[in-house]
Amino acid sequence: MAIIAHPDFKRHMARRQWQGRAFHALCLMAVGVALAMLVLLLGYLIQQGVSRVSWDFINGFPSRNPDEAGIKAALLGSIYVVLIAAVVAFTLGVGAAVYLEEYASRNWRTRLVQINIANLAGVPSIVYGILGLEIFVRSLGLGRSVLAGGLTMGLLVLPIIIIAAQEAVRAVPRSVREGAYALGATRWQAIWHLVLPQALPGILTGVILAVSRALGETAPLIVMGALTFVPFAPDGPFSRFTVLPIQIFNWISRPQAGFHQAAAAGIIVLLILLLAMNAGAILLRNKFQRRPEA
Amino acid sequence: MQLSEHILQTRGLSVYYGTKQAINDVTLNVARNRITAIIGPSGCGKSTLLRCFNRMNDLVPRSRITGQVLFEGQDLYAPDVDPTEIRYQIGMVFQRPNPFPKSIFENVAFGPKINGFRGNLNELVEKSLVRAALWEEVKDRVNASALALSGGQQQRLCIARALAVEPRVILMDEPCSSLDPIATLAIEDLMRELSQEYSIVIVTHNMQQAARVSDYTTFLMNVENRGGQLVEFGDTRQIFTNPKDERTEAYITGRFG
Repeated sequence: MAIIAHPDFKRHMARRQWQGRAFHALCLMAVGVALAMLVLLLGYLIQQGVSRVSWDFINGFPSRNPDEAGIKAALLGSIYVVLIAAVVAFTLGVGAAVYLEEYASRNWRTRLVQINIANLAGVPSIVYGILGLEIFVRSLGLGRSVLAGGLTMGLLVLPIIIIAAQEAVRAVPRSVREGAYALGATRWQAIWHLVLPQALPGILTGVILAVSRALGETAPLIVMGALTFVPFAPDGPFSRFTVLPIQIFNWISRPQAGFHQAAAAGIIVLLILLLAMNAGAILLRNKFQRRPEA
Repeated sequence: MQLSEHILQTRGLSVYYGTKQAINDVTLNVARNRITAIIGPSGCGKSTLLRCFNRMNDLVPRSRITGQVLFEGQDLYAPDVDPTEIRYQIGMVFQRPNPFPKSIFENVAFGPKINGFRGNLNELVEKSLVRAALWEEVKDRVNASALALSGGQQQRLCIARALAVEPRVILMDEPCSSLDPIATLAIEDLMRELSQEYSIVIVTHNMQQAARVSDYTTFLMNVENRGGQLVEFGDTRQIFTNPKDERTEAYITGRFG
C-alpha cells in the first residue's frame, strides 16, 4: 500500500497487531478454562453415575443398600418446593413490581424500599431458612412441611423476581401507557391489557433465574428441618419432605462407593430437571414474545 | 341544552411543573367543528396547553394548574370529574405514532372494549378505519401487526383508534413531525375531512401546516421564562397575513423560533 508515513506518527503497527492477537488469545483461554471445567465435571458425573440412572432409581425410595437407593421422594420434594416457590414469588413479585413502578410516588420512602429489595437479594440463604423456621414452621404452625419449604424458597427468590419484573415493567414505553390513558383507560386497564403483556417475557426471564436458584439451594431447607431420609413421596402440602441437594449431600457423606455413584446419578437427575424447567420457562417466554403475524 | 359555539375554553389557565411555570394565564376559546392550531417556538408550552384539555398532565408528578378549563361549559378540573371519563370524549393523537403491539383490529377495538362497548365491534372498527382513510390499505390484513405498517399508516391507525370511541374533540400533538411530506399531506387532508364532525386542536411547529389546515391560530410565547403566554389569537388568515402583534409577525416571518 502506498501510504506515506507522516514523521510525527510512530505507528508501531507490528506491536499493535501483536497486542490485538494476545488479547484475543486471552479471551479465548478464559472461555476454554470455563468450558474445560464444565466438561470435566460433567464427564466425571456421567462416568460415575450414568449407569445408576434408571427408572428404578428415579422411582425408588432411599435404602440402606446403595444399589437399591432411589430418589423418588427427593425428586418430588424438589418439584413441589420449586413449584410452590415459583407460584408464590411470581404473584407477590409481579404485584410488588407493578406497585413500585406504576403506583408508588417517587419519594424517599419508595427509594428506601427499593434499596432494601436490592439488599435482600444478597442476604445469605441460611438467613431465609431461619426466617422460614420462625414464621412458617413455628408461628403459622405449618410444621416442617413441603408447604413451609416452598414458602421459604418463595421468600428467598422473591427479590430476584421483583427486580426482574420492575425492569421489565419499566422497559414498556411511556407512549404505550399514554395511548391507553388517552382512550379513557383506567390505570388498571392500561397495566393489565398493555403493560403486563409486554413485560411478561422479561418477567419470565426473572422466573427462570429464580427457579434455578430455588432448585439448587439447600441451606434454608436444612435449617427449617427438611429430612434426609424420606421413604415416602410427599402426599400433600403438609407432608414432610426432602429435596435433591439434601439427598445428594447425604449420599456423598456416606463411606460406601455405591452411595457415591448414587449421588452422581442424583446430580445428573438434578441437572436434567433444571434444564427441563428452564426450557419450559424459555418456551413460555418465546410464546409471549411472538408478535402478531406481520 | 343550547350548545355554545366554543366547545373548549380556558380561563386564566396557568400550569406549573414543580416550581417551574409552563403556561402563564392563558384564556382561549376553541371553536366547535373547526381546526384550531397552536403555534409558537420550542418551550412555549404548546404541548402542555394541549394536554390540559384531556388532563394528561395529571400523569406528570408534581404538576398543578390554576384557572379553569371548560368543556361544553363544564369545569374539567372540578373535584367530581373523573379524568378517565373525559379522555374518551376528548381523544388524542401523539407526536410519534404509538400503536399498541397488537393487530390492527385490536388497536382500533381497544378503546371501545375498555369503555364497555356492546354493539357490533367489526362494524365499528371498519367505520373508524374508513374515517381515518386507512381502510382501503389494510382491509385484507386487519389481523396483521400494527407495527408492520409504515409511519404514516401507523399515525392514521392512531387516529382511527381515537375515533373508535366516538370523541367530540381530537387533540393532535405535532401529529406529522415524524412523517414524510406525502404522509403529512394525507394526514392534513384527513384533518380537513374530520373537521366536519369533530373539533380539532393541533399543536404544530410547522407554520405552513398551521396556515394550510387550520381555521384559527393561537400564537404562544414563553415570556421572560415565566411560562407560555398567549400573544395573539385570531383567524388563521389574519394571523398569517396581517398579524397585530409584532412578535407574531417576527415569528411567522421566520425571524426567530
